[in-house]
This record gives sequence, C-alpha cells and structure tokens, in this order.
Amino acid sequence: MNASRTLATAARVLRQLRHDPRTIALLLVVPCLMLFLLRFVYDGSPQVFDNIGASLLGIFPLITMFLVTSIATLRERTSGTLERLLAMPLAKGDLIAGYALAFGALAIVQSAIATGLALWFLGLDVIGSPWLLLLVALLDALLGTALGLFVSAFAASEFQAVQFMPAVIFPQLVLCGLLTPREKMQPVLEGISNVLPMSYAVDGMNEVLRHTDMTTAFVRDALIVAGCALLVLGLGAATLRRRTA
Amino acid sequence: MMNYESTRTDPPETTREEPAVRAEGLSVVRGARQVLRDLRFTVPHGQITGLLGPSGCGKTTLMRSIVGTQAKVSGTLEVLGRPAGDASLRSRIGYVTQDPSVYDDLTIRQNLHYFAAILDPGRAAAERRHDNVTRAIADVDLTSHADALAGNLSGGQRSRVSLAVALLGTPELLVLDEPTVGLDPVLRRDLWNLFHRIADERGATLLVSSHVMDEAERCHRLLLMRDGEILADDTPEALRTSTRTDTVEAAFLHLVDQAAATGIRKETVR
Repeated sequence: MNASRTLATAARVLRQLRHDPRTIALLLVVPCLMLFLLRFVYDGSPQVFDNIGASLLGIFPLITMFLVTSIATLRERTSGTLERLLAMPLAKGDLIAGYALAFGALAIVQSAIATGLALWFLGLDVIGSPWLLLLVALLDALLGTALGLFVSAFAASEFQAVQFMPAVIFPQLVLCGLLTPREKMQPVLEGISNVLPMSYAVDGMNEVLRHTDMTTAFVRDALIVAGCALLVLGLGAATLRRRTA
Repeated sequence: MMNYESTRTDPPETTREEPAVRAEGLSVVRGARQVLRDLRFTVPHGQITGLLGPSGCGKTTLMRSIVGTQAKVSGTLEVLGRPAGDASLRSRIGYVTQDPSVYDDLTIRQNLHYFAAILDPGRAAAERRHDNVTRAIADVDLTSHADALAGNLSGGQRSRVSLAVALLGTPELLVLDEPTVGLDPVLRRDLWNLFHRIADERGATLLVSSHVMDEAERCHRLLLMRDGEILADDTPEALRTSTRTDTVEAAFLHLVDQAAATGIRKETVR
C-alpha cells in the first residue's frame, strides 16, 4: 500500500461528491430533519426521544454510508474505472482505504451537525461526552462503508444495490434494540441480535447516553463495531478481482 | 495488501529482437464457451500492430489477456518479457477499453490528475504529473475542454479522455480497444497520426483493434482474427500480395472463404 495513492483516491472521491451538491445536501440535511421530527413526535415523552435520538445518531451514518458506498463502488465496477485502476499499480487496500477515508470524513461532518443539533437545539439529554458520540458515529460510518463495499460485489445494477439496503440494514434496524430493549426480545431473536454489528453500535450510543465516563461496555462495543468494519472491509477487498471473466 | 506483488527483482532488459508480446497455445474460456483457441503470434516492438476482425471474434478478450485482466487464460503469454498480468507490468502498459472508462462527475483535468497520481505518486512528482497531464490532454486535442465535466462531453470526446489516461505514464505498450469508433474522419486521421508519432518518437509498441478494415492500411503489421482464431499475421502489403487482392478488406474476405473451404474439406474427409 502507498499513502499517496490512498490520499489521491480519497481526494478523488470527495471531488466527485463536490460536483454533486444535491447528494451532499441530502446527506447532511436528512438526519437533522429526522431528529427534528422525532423530537416533536415524542413531545410528551422526552425520555423516549433521548433513547431513540441517541441510537439514531449511530444509525444514520451507518445507513447513509452503506447506500453511498454501495452505489459508488457499483458505478466504479460497471463504468470500467475499477478495471482500469486494477490494471494500474494501485493496491486494493489503497482503493478501499481511500473510500473509507473520504466517506469517513463526510460522516464526521454529518454526525457533527446532527449531534450538535440534537444536543444543543433539541434538548437531547446525554450524560457522557459528545466526543464519544462522534467516535461511535464515525465507527458506524466505517461499518456502513464496509458493508456497502461488500454487497456492491453482489449487485449487478443500481436497482439491486438499492434493494440490498432493506435486505441488509432493515433486519439489523429491527433487532438492534431501537424498538425495544434487546434482552426483552424472544431469546432466539436476542441471540441473532447478539451477532449483528448494528446492535453494538446502538449499545455503544446508549452507554454514552447513561454514563459520564468511558465504561468497559462502551470500549467493548466500540471495539466490536471497529472489528466488524475491518473484517467486512477485508471481505470487500477479496471481491475486488484484478482478473475477471 | 492483497495484490500479488512480484518477488523478482529488477525487470530484465528487453532486447529489441524480443517481441513485445509473444503467445503460444493461448486459450481463453468464458463460461462454457472457448473464446480464444490455441493462438500463436507475436507483436513486434516499436510498431503499430492492428488487430482486426468482426465484432465478437475475441479481440477484446485477447487484449484483456495481454493486459492481465482476463480470467481463465491458459498457454504461454509473455508481455514485455514477463508473464502477462505480472505486477511489474502495471505501470508499463496503457490500456484503453472499448467503452470510455473515466469518471463522469470529474472534469477532464481532474480525471487525468487522479490517474496520474496512481501511476506516479508522491509530492515530489507533482510537477512531472502536471506536465504529463497537460501533454496528454493536448495529445488528444481536448485542451479547450480541459475543465469540462467528462459526463457533459460527446461520446467521441469521452473516448479521447479515456485514451489520454492511457497516454499518461509514457507506457512501453499501448493496448487500444477500438479507439476510433464513432469518431469523424478528421479526428480519426489525427489520432492515427498520433499513434504513429508515439511509435516513432517514443519507441512504444501499439496494439490497436478495429473492425473497420480501412484502418488496417495504417498499421505496420496485422493480426486478422475470426471466431477465436488468427487467420493471418503479416504486413498489409504482404497480405494483399499473398491473396492477390487490392485491399486488406478483400484479403480478409479471401482468407475467410479459404478457411471456410478447408473447414468443409476437413469435415468431408472425416
């Protein structure tokens, strides 16, 4: 791997985004809009908003980065630019790290705006440090990028890529503890939720919500999300083939 | 990371006598179909070799094999003295796919700057990269459009951007898959002049595919392909002389008829 090539790739991905201001606006505004909406949906029960709001701060970056990455890498595969890059002296790790860096940077901006809005304007009551919220959001964004990269290998078209969103994300959304605490689910479902990475993303957010310090549970959750992201990135790298039929 | 880097040290100096590409018993299978059948040919150094044949005859598969992006290749295929697909070849070969492979949401200059940074990375090379990019854009006559988005260009302009990317690293071997399709006659002439300039001045080897036979006359050598086999490997003049025809197109048709006739004869003998 080569740092210059990784950075060049990240800069290129961001430059592509810059020519698409509407996508950037949607990425930044939609999470804020959802938080705003929820704040007033749960107008009578601010505690519910605290729970759901904190969880959503972790879930938004995961979902948006999943979508953006799966479409971006699918386009790279179908436009022939991936074949061209892999015929050049570019390591697969450079390409993947470049994407992760670019979308990670975007996720930081997105999460910073959403977290700021939630904490200081919508009255989200978080006991822990907002920096820890940002850290989890960034790890979630990496996980989303990794999952998106991985599933794009199995999508032959944009139609299919978009359908992977409900297939990969929705089950995790239902089982991650957003709707009801995981330990109150049917034991089989709780078992399944224990092996899904989004569960730990939400658990991590809830730790920050309830504790002033970095708890061991928080560290464990953060490490699990980061580990899953790296594992899936590795799997994603394996789907990038220099030689194809 | 996961790319297979070559463990060998310095690339051996390729001598002038050694061909740029040498194939023996080269076969490629795609799905259940054998696309290339036991090919044997060479592409000489520093010349323009035309790869001609009807669409679907295996030209692109052959080019992808040489570049090292084709899976399921068997037989011997040496490119610039190395086995095809060797990691050390990636910076020495320029490849232009049939469909332009550029980023539509970047300008021409941004596209080229990115690919230049992959070929020649690092801050120290920034000035050289800038010069290479400016020269490549001028080579394909797009200087006046350099800051236009690739997605807003016409089809012919986009394929020229794709060609400019391949010209960036002063490659020793240029593999061009139908680079002149859909271009007007003036531009086609200019591009062929450019190809000759690249071969003459930079000593590069070019392998150019086309299904337009009149372009064959502009090549130093020709490989005529049909149905995954090579019908002829010769200079345009020699082909015309040996088939007693006036044009390469007529020579090609003559060879196809001949091949069909021997095919029928073989079957009746069996």
